[in-house]
Amino acid sequence: MIEEKKFVTQYRFAFIDEATKREIRRKLLKAIAIPGYQVPYSSPEMPIARGWGTGGLHVTLAIIGPKDIFKIIDQGSDASVNACNLRNFVQTMTGVETTLDTNKATIIQTRHRITEEVLNEDQIFVYQVPQPEPLRSVERYENKTRQMHGEADYAKMWVSLYEQFVRHGDIMLGAGYPVKVNGRYIMAPSPIPRWDIPNLNNSKAIHLFGAGREKRLYAVPPYTKVEPLEFEDVKFHIEDFKGIPCFRTGYKKAFLDELYYDDGSKHYVINDSNFLDKLVNKELPQQHENSYLNKLGNEA
Amino acid sequence: MGYFAVKGGADAIQNSLELLDFYRLKNATSPLEINQIVSQLRIAVGKIMSEGSLYAPEYAAIAIKQAEGDLLEAAFIIRAFRTTLERRFVSETLNTREMFVRRKISASFREIPGGQILGPSMDYSQRILDVKKAIETKDTIDQILKAFDDKIDKEKLAAITQHDKVIDLLNKDGLIQKANTDEDRRLTDITREAIRFPAPRSARLQMMTRSETGALMSMGYSSMRGFGSVHPTVGELRYGSVPVRIKDPRGRIRYIGAVEVTEAEMITGTKKHNDKGAALFSIGYGLCFGQNDTKVICMGILDTTLRNPDTNMPANDQEFVLYHSEGIEAMGFTNHLKLPHYVTFQSSLNNVREAVERNK
Repeated sequence: MIEEKKFVTQYRFAFIDEATKREIRRKLLKAIAIPGYQVPYSSPEMPIARGWGTGGLHVTLAIIGPKDIFKIIDQGSDASVNACNLRNFVQTMTGVETTLDTNKATIIQTRHRITEEVLNEDQIFVYQVPQPEPLRSVERYENKTRQMHGEADYAKMWVSLYEQFVRHGDIMLGAGYPVKVNGRYIMAPSPIPRWDIPNLNNSKAIHLFGAGREKRLYAVPPYTKVEPLEFEDVKFHIEDFKGIPCFRTGYKKAFLDELYYDDGSKHYVINDSNFLDKLVNKELPQQHENSYLNKLGNEA
Repeated sequence: MGYFAVKGGADAIQNSLELLDFYRLKNATSPLEINQIVSQLRIAVGKIMSEGSLYAPEYAAIAIKQAEGDLLEAAFIIRAFRTTLERRFVSETLNTREMFVRRKISASFREIPGGQILGPSMDYSQRILDVKKAIETKDTIDQILKAFDDKIDKEKLAAITQHDKVIDLLNKDGLIQKANTDEDRRLTDITREAIRFPAPRSARLQMMTRSETGALMSMGYSSMRGFGSVHPTVGELRYGSVPVRIKDPRGRIRYIGAVEVTEAEMITGTKKHNDKGAALFSIGYGLCFGQNDTKVICMGILDTTLRNPDTNMPANDQEFVLYHSEGIEAMGFTNHLKLPHYVTFQSSLNNVREAVERNK
């Protein structure tokens, strides 16, 4: 018979063993030193499934300390089931304080959104990345895409954007619009909407990207130039909500979710749950500023 | 609203987990014991150790129980557990010539040194549903064990030694192609460093021994059936236990235990090396924890195909085979489609609506 004692396991702070945490930190430093460059890393298995945020978790768990305050969102929401699960995991493994308040957090992990509220120099923004390779749509082989990045050979990418324009009258890329970082590497910003792309540019926060399944880390350091790919005469543009206000706050300048009610009626509501809460509570959160947002009409 | 909604998500998860336990236990049957799983689900345990990349039969059994028999899920649990373990030692190279052989067959020769040993195998079991398994009792099990024990000649058992390999015969005659000196022979560790392409053979074999059996089988099969050109002969297929040794801090080699492995050496014809000499045989190699003939045979086929890169054939394409036979990653990513995607969808929706406007 097996003695029960044998199977009692204690997990260390932040789950991952120290040697691997150090390895991830070294690779993150390299990623920050070469903005937009994809650094291969060990990507150990996590108790969370591949494709469910393991890369983001690796980054968070490698950098988190006992005094950090952790926020996590999925699709802009603190309440998404997967965000709840990962929050619970990080909290259990580290004992850190968690928060829903964007402004209060020191580490914000995200899937598919940048917060509407502006980030500051003391914050680290961690992205869960499903596909780190922006060139994958034009080149299936990893061996070749690495070479293309090395030689800054982005012709295939430009041609594909051009072809989309010719076929459809616009660049049809939605979320995860490819960007050029620091004038050098083309980078996949993870599937954030185009709305969020300009907020990566010259940001005060550190942006760290973890693609667990594909085993790549990359970064956008603070105050770094990030430009969406566009032509002189065919410009990048953000999602257009045509001045529709959020049905709860009347606010017009935020990324909106489309809700369908049982009676068939359609409502638009602010996607970022904490931003919405703050507006409802009249807390006046400070929003990102960029040339695309600034053009839009403000509150109703 | 914020906190309330978050609580809702957390509660939903908690309820879901409770339901999971409830569905497993609701008929109040007697609990599956771990040692029952280790011995009576031996093949499954081996599969989990191989795909989970951790030799720990009891832990594998717990994972199988926890996953209610979903082997992909169980292997995933073991991989995640493995992450928390520190690597204290690196073993000396396993020598499968030292194997205590339980099964050893060759399709290449009628007789081989030490003989053909069928061992425990389902190959000739005639897959007729054995309904007697439903009424097995402790007594019937004891009877079978006693009858078996009486048949064993203890003296003969002690005399079992190690066996030479079939490929030694071919090697002696100079019929096996020497390894290509241009081949990338670096020893990498795919668990410490992400695989890079073209991958050295060490990385390819490591990826494949952790691969999902079914995925590896489908790719190996594709090469034999029509989308490739490798149709090998089983040079030798072995299953048994092999000693593991480590070097202690004073440099002494220490025996720490034995692992059960299955090993295949698959023989195929080869092209002339540099267009010189005769076309000889080459060996495709497969090895995994536990008893899993299918896996090592397909690994052996794919070892050969991947040494001859050719993007016209899926099984000869390193990135295609290695990335897509990784069961735990494939399962995770295909299942992530269940996560909400309404932000990304909103972005596409916006594009399509604009395109519709443009076409009016």
